[in-house]
Amino acid sequence: MSRVAGFAQRWAVFVVVVIAWQLITSAAQDVYFPTPWQIVQQGWTLWFTDGDGNVAIAESVTEDILPSLGRVVGGWLLSVVLGVALGTALGRSRTAMDYVGPLFAFFRALPSPALLPVFIVLFGIETGMKLALIVFACIWPVLMNTVDGVRSVDAVKTDTARSFRIPRTQWVTMVVLPAALPKIFAGLRLSLAIAVILMVVSEMVGTTSGIGHALRSAQRQFDLTSMWAWIVLLGIIGYVFNLALLAVERRALRWQPTRSGAANSKQTAKAGG
Amino acid sequence: MSTMLEVRGLAHRYGAGPDAHVAVEDLAFTVAKDELACIVGPSGCGKSTLLRCIAGLIKPSAGEVSLHGDRVVGVPDDLAVVFQDYSRSLFPWLSVRGNVEFPLRTRVGSRAERRARAQEALGWVGLSDAANKYPWQLSGGMQQRVSIARALATRPALLLMDEPFASVDAQTRADLEDLLLRVRRDHGSTVLLVTHDIDESVYLGDRVLVLSKSPASIVADLKVDLPADRDQISTRGSSTFVELRTEIARLLHDRQPAPAEPAPAAASASSSDELAAERFLAAEREEAHQKTAT
Amino acid sequence: MRPVYRNLIGLAGFFLIWEGVGRVGLVDPTSLPPPSEVAGTLVGLLGQESFIRDVIATMLAWLIALGISIAVAVPAGLLLGSLPWLRSSTRVLIEFLRPIPPVALIPLIILTIGSGPDAKITLAFYASVWPILFNIIYALDDIDPLLLDTARSFGNSRARVLATVALPHVAPFAYTGLRLSAAIALIVTVSTEYLAGSQIGVGAFIIDEYIAIGGMDEVLAGTVVIGFVGYLVNEGLERAGNRMFRWSDTTRAEALT
Repeated sequence: MSRVAGFAQRWAVFVVVVIAWQLITSAAQDVYFPTPWQIVQQGWTLWFTDGDGNVAIAESVTEDILPSLGRVVGGWLLSVVLGVALGTALGRSRTAMDYVGPLFAFFRALPSPALLPVFIVLFGIETGMKLALIVFACIWPVLMNTVDGVRSVDAVKTDTARSFRIPRTQWVTMVVLPAALPKIFAGLRLSLAIAVILMVVSEMVGTTSGIGHALRSAQRQFDLTSMWAWIVLLGIIGYVFNLALLAVERRALRWQPTRSGAANSKQTAKAGG
Repeated sequence: MSTMLEVRGLAHRYGAGPDAHVAVEDLAFTVAKDELACIVGPSGCGKSTLLRCIAGLIKPSAGEVSLHGDRVVGVPDDLAVVFQDYSRSLFPWLSVRGNVEFPLRTRVGSRAERRARAQEALGWVGLSDAANKYPWQLSGGMQQRVSIARALATRPALLLMDEPFASVDAQTRADLEDLLLRVRRDHGSTVLLVTHDIDESVYLGDRVLVLSKSPASIVADLKVDLPADRDQISTRGSSTFVELRTEIARLLHDRQPAPAEPAPAAASASSSDELAAERFLAAEREEAHQKTAT
Repeated sequence: MRPVYRNLIGLAGFFLIWEGVGRVGLVDPTSLPPPSEVAGTLVGLLGQESFIRDVIATMLAWLIALGISIAVAVPAGLLLGSLPWLRSSTRVLIEFLRPIPPVALIPLIILTIGSGPDAKITLAFYASVWPILFNIIYALDDIDPLLLDTARSFGNSRARVLATVALPHVAPFAYTGLRLSAAIALIVTVSTEYLAGSQIGVGAFIIDEYIAIGGMDEVLAGTVVIGFVGYLVNEGLERAGNRMFRWSDTTRAEALT
């Protein structure tokens, strides 16, 4: 019973809000605020029907959604690989961060969308530019957090590892990286949010495909229901990304102690809900 | 008996110039094969520095250490260390088995044999059933048993232990001491154990090396004339045990390093020291009493 | 060598490489003007009243958004964190709202609010409220029950326990959230100025320069200025935080988003 009650409690407010939204918007008939039902219908038309109203995967899925997802995931993964590798190398060195630390902290503080014109001029307006911009924006949180994490390996573990004379690769993969992992994941979460922002921003400016482009043209054509549908889609994408990363994180950090079973189930509930 | 460990003229200082802190000064001793030697000294006397020098974790400022005749430069291959702080020395991201297999990865080629060796070592410390748990799921005493198993699994020529039982409660401590004695008897290892606990050093050791206050130097090298089979209650109650611990307590307490013969040391101590020594011994007795009572 | 010298060497090295790629011809200098040129533009801009006004406009929008975020997120976080039934019933709603990228709302904001300062403040607020809120909720969850029991065993009331035990525990986490919020809010403020066609602000300056004259040196100079401001704020918050929360194990607070 508690399971059903918990489920009901979790979803009740959400359902009530959606129903209220439906009632209020249909009563108000405001052109800016279509009803949720209209938004869902519009989404269906946009993505799952062809031009003649038959059920099919629409062009916008292959022309806009998939390229956008490819850019976000590709750019983010690239920056994760680069950031973790570089961060590990820099964090292992005692002086390297003295040379590049302030520079990287500055790069991290740059509002990267502002660099869009520079990236357009350097890389054009196609996928290369978007990937480069996403990587440039996402790499700093990953890199800085990795450096922090790598440096947090405690002295006793270092001594233990040294006393067993393990080779360098084992030292990095089995001691340094696991110790840095909680911090690295904090960086990954932040950079994933930034990646989605930059995907949208870079697609909104002078480009012919992508969710950002579709959103922008819906706004320009004053097609508010489509615009809302795209916004909801971005919300769903962000939600799914978050959920996926959380699942990976919970698997990778399975070894972390939990304060109690209660804390454990709370986390599960959070991930599940 | 052949010599396993030889330390000659060992000295270590931190920093340089007049501000340098001399942690260890001109130490020399040997540990024979299959011997369990305890080093006992007051807190902060440089015991850990000594141990880290022997392990090759730090390079001593002077002197040399050799293990079965080979001079120690860097960490030797066949040496294992058990640190006091098990919670920081075990890798929390590895299971108990993973922790024990950790040093075997380079030493044992086959995966199956690694697993077998780890399982065997866990059996020695009575943790066969805990192999798949993570360290945080175990009690402190069990965690320290894991790190002992991890050290033993490498079959080290010399096992160094740095205050291994200082972070567990009294009952667990007694259990772990007996476990160490049993494992050593069954598998014949050479052990050098550092402690600040006089009783522990006598109870465990074949020999006790008494260190002075910082800078550490050896005040006495005492043979422990107790039978190999020891028992928390009868051994600790025996007159040999009580005499030895009294003697070590005196040695440790005396400000001046005692002369080579320990007997006249007490006589030569000044009267105020005598009084303080009395109090110190009384406290020690009290503590020992409580320990045996539980 | 003192770390400060290494810092300076690193910066100098970066500028030399940047200058070099233009000089050698690896990159077209009109696409990526060398730092010597950008520095000149930068100095010129700092003397221009209109540019200073842009910087101030951006900063103000940013600060106001952060202020509103704090005012909303702190009470909301404390409430949600201490009332489990409230949290579990609003969780799904929040979990759906949070991941919507703030820039996705730009078109909606343009159409409903316009492109004035309230547009960017609204969006920056929307972006920056989550990190603070979530860190507070997490911190309240994470609080050691032993601490609470200790406080209660001294006969403290519920409100007093909240004030004397829970708040000090939550503060470093909330502060970490604030630092994250500050970074995200700046990105969103500039993006909005940029995409919503604001009249004033560094983002507006950058897009105007780019569209009007394609002046990359102005774009870079503007970016450097706003980046430097962001850097200073972040460093300042970090130092102040280390000072204020010296007693706290910040590495744990850090590991959150």
